[in-house]
Amino acid sequence: MISYRLYDISLNSECLSHADTMMNMSNQPAKGKTSRYVIVAVLIIAIIAGGAYYQFAIAQSAATTSSEAQTNSSESQMTTPTTSETMSSTMAIPSATQPAVTVSLLGAGATFPAPLIQQWTVEYNKLNPSVTINYNPIGSGGGIQQITAKTVDFGASDAPLNDKQLAAAPGLVLFPETLGGVAVTYNLAPFGVSNTTTLNFNGFVLASIYYGNITKWNDPAIQQLNPGVNLPPNQITAVHRSDGSGTTYAFTNFLSAVNHAWGVNVGYSTSVTWPVDKVANGVGAKGNAGVAGTVKNTAGAIGYVDVIYAEQQHLGVGAVLNAAGNYILPTLQAILYAAQNATGTPNPSDLRLHIVNAAGPQSYPIATYTYLLVYKDMSLNPDLNIDKAKALAQFFWWAVHDGQQYSQALIYVPLPQNVVSADEQLLNSLNFQGQPLLSS
Amino acid sequence: MSELDENRARKRARTPDLFFLLLCIAAVLIPIITVLMLYEIGNGSVASIEAFGASFLWGSDWIPNPPGGGPPILGALPAIYGSVVTTGLALLLAVPISLGVALFQTELAPVKFRAPSLFVIEMLAAVPSVVYGLWGLLALVPFMNLYVNPQLQTYLGFLPIFQGPNTGLGMLTAGVILAIMIIPYGSSVMREVISAVPRSQREASIALGATQWEMVRTSVIPFARTGIIAAVVLAMGRAIGETMAVTMVIGNVARISPSLFLPAETIPSVIANEFTEVAGNDVYLAALFELALVLFAIALIMNLVGRVIVNKLSFKVRGDVRA
Repeated sequence: MISYRLYDISLNSECLSHADTMMNMSNQPAKGKTSRYVIVAVLIIAIIAGGAYYQFAIAQSAATTSSEAQTNSSESQMTTPTTSETMSSTMAIPSATQPAVTVSLLGAGATFPAPLIQQWTVEYNKLNPSVTINYNPIGSGGGIQQITAKTVDFGASDAPLNDKQLAAAPGLVLFPETLGGVAVTYNLAPFGVSNTTTLNFNGFVLASIYYGNITKWNDPAIQQLNPGVNLPPNQITAVHRSDGSGTTYAFTNFLSAVNHAWGVNVGYSTSVTWPVDKVANGVGAKGNAGVAGTVKNTAGAIGYVDVIYAEQQHLGVGAVLNAAGNYILPTLQAILYAAQNATGTPNPSDLRLHIVNAAGPQSYPIATYTYLLVYKDMSLNPDLNIDKAKALAQFFWWAVHDGQQYSQALIYVPLPQNVVSADEQLLNSLNFQGQPLLSS
Repeated sequence: MSELDENRARKRARTPDLFFLLLCIAAVLIPIITVLMLYEIGNGSVASIEAFGASFLWGSDWIPNPPGGGPPILGALPAIYGSVVTTGLALLLAVPISLGVALFQTELAPVKFRAPSLFVIEMLAAVPSVVYGLWGLLALVPFMNLYVNPQLQTYLGFLPIFQGPNTGLGMLTAGVILAIMIIPYGSSVMREVISAVPRSQREASIALGATQWEMVRTSVIPFARTGIIAAVVLAMGRAIGETMAVTMVIGNVARISPSLFLPAETIPSVIANEFTEVAGNDVYLAALFELALVLFAIALIMNLVGRVIVNKLSFKVRGDVRA
């Protein structure tokens, strides 16, 4: 509207009366018809929009009927296999060697395991060319939303779903597919403490920093843990994630586990309200890369990131006090050790596992599992037919077994054996209208 | 004009004009989309409006996941404050520069420099905002932290807006990056209106013995005044909705503080940061929708104020011309 206004002004200033007459001339012949044209235009738009909405409503109702009437084969379920059959038969003519039905599966969710899951989809496609899997890393919350709405075949989340989220998606199960640690990073290089110097932290100090109670690096509480280091008197900038994330979940889960006051006043979640923001020098950054970049650029900053990001940016990495009283660096071995010592015997009916502050002398205390989400009875998901469901279950089985070999190269920790066996039990219970999907 | 011509004209007016119909569809579509968008955003924010009422607008706490598992406590004031301050700062920095660029390109630059300078300025508008954000985080933030902010603190530190810890991230850096982003919008509109000032105006004031500067000040700028205001409004709309670049440099903290060095948040940055993680928390999701509604309202109010100013001034110019 502004540019129109401008046009008006420039005309006015150029030659006022002439512009007015021009406007009148161009308007007059069409004047009577304009309203009629506008009405016709509105009608056409309404018809198009109505048609589109009608199609949309039909698709929606088809989706709900097929998910509601799972036991007796409903109309839409009859049609889905037939369409895929006709598709496969037409495709079988050019490539007769291909034994299985070609299926394509779609997943969405957490960004943290995305590099690993994407590597899996590539490797699995090499082994089974008929199965194409796409994974969209849109964030844990997005993954939960999409699988709840049944618009994807599987979801992924860094934080385990809470009871409310599970209640919103009846029949949804989750199982861990990999785990990762969270590193405490800092940048004191401008103040003469090189990034190769390992600083020690404990839960109290970390909680106090993010509370805003400790604001200087040479605070006695930090100095006490690092007797040999000449800590500067500069302010601490506490960097945290501004977007929701499993990394925040793991970090705040640890702070809640070791610091009672934190658990009561802040709690743990994929996004929390950081007390340091109001009282001292807290900064939010988007994504692991954002936190790592901000720490790197800010003298005196401390932050928490997935281990791989601390390594990439060559930031200082802190050792954290574990439950056994040792200061441990976030190595893959230490995180795997924590996983082995923390879980005991996981219960396959509820695989929401906590491994922060794990027991064991070598355990790194800040780590979290990340989870895949799928419907136990896959026929609940209208997009899946029996072929797709089988392919998906087989992919999951492969991922928690053979897929684990790709973890270390990408700085993920392979699942410990007890979790793999719990996953196996859960995967064996996956079915399509009661028919088990994995024969083994 | 013969009778034949008149008949032909009448005939042409009677036959349905397909082109005119297409134009009508295009023109009608825009208000319909706007209304539908408003409806959807309003619809999405009902739960939040019911939960918080008007206190959403002045609440300064943003606690989406309270530790006890209680209902979220959400107030939009920090985000509104951050949006208004960063936009204001951006305009403060960008408007004089845009005007200068526009005047240089129309009045001062030798003809052979005009096209290149135009090209460079318009290239600024073609840079994607995420690239501005990356550059901001990796280059501008350290620069502000090391060179600009300490100087401001040394010489103007007695002002509360230049006090507090300096990390480079914060409202000042966000304002600077927004200013760079909106300069091409402001300057290209200003250039258009300035070049629309009639040649006779310029010649008249030169003939009266005005220097080039006096000519610009007394006859070009008053004539283009309304257009300049319109350019400012356009740039403002662009600045207040900017998301990605601001998110990366503002520090994303729900805090209201007078210091421009401290991190803050804007309405779009809150939505971009938090939208992906709201599953299973209906009031929280609705609150983000309501934030969008608030942003819509702010943009609308700013546009209306701009239009009122334009209308007032354009009346005055007409009066001047006639007198």
